[in-house]
Amino acid sequence: MNIKSLSDAQLVKNYISGQEAALSVLINRHQQRLYGFIFSKVYDRDVTEDVFQDTFVKVIKTLKKGNYNEQGKFLPWVMRIAHNLVIDYFRKNNRMPKFKNNGDFDVFSVLSDGAANAEHNIVDQQIANHVRLLLDELPEDQKAVIKMRMYQDMSFKEISENTGVSINTALGRMRYGLINLRKMIEKHNISLTN
Amino acid sequence: MAKLYTENPSNSEQLKPREETVNFLLNYSKALKIIPIGTKNFETFIN
Repeated sequence: MNIKSLSDAQLVKNYISGQEAALSVLINRHQQRLYGFIFSKVYDRDVTEDVFQDTFVKVIKTLKKGNYNEQGKFLPWVMRIAHNLVIDYFRKNNRMPKFKNNGDFDVFSVLSDGAANAEHNIVDQQIANHVRLLLDELPEDQKAVIKMRMYQDMSFKEISENTGVSINTALGRMRYGLINLRKMIEKHNISLTN
Repeated sequence: MAKLYTENPSNSEQLKPREETVNFLLNYSKALKIIPIGTKNFETFIN
């Protein structure tokens, strides 16, 4: 007798007794209905594929464990498993909303990981070098104050003690130093942004 | 017109799982062995 003409119940019985080909017939017989059923709920080919696979993995396990209760209702039983898996999928998806790139809008164009990439790192280094070169063009007293404040993180009190001038003078040198730096940047049209 | 109405929807043929999925299931089934020990079932895979 042709295996394809056997009933579901007989195929299940054969499968449990070790005839692997019976599973192939069962899948082929019901794949379209089951797949369509899942797709009608999730409207996503990849998710449908996953749920379809998980459904049959459950079916295989249950049958091999001998936990299946044959009542002549193989397909409704498989559909119920699929239905439960679809519910599980939606529950999981509600907890973790998924953003899909559907072509119109790429979510990654507005989201970034925040870490600087190699190009940014190189440009940052170049900017730092250019600032150092510009600093060297400043008068010695202004350059010293800016270096102590910006690179050595000293307070103006410490700078005044270190250079032997008053805090106000140190503040003034810092101010004129920055103004001169800005003038040089504008004059030479230097871009110092990343 | 009558012909149009009797035509199958174009996507009916496509609503089927991929061949890889079906093959995976058949191979999974062949590889899976369940060994009952006491009240527990142990799953083993044979490659």
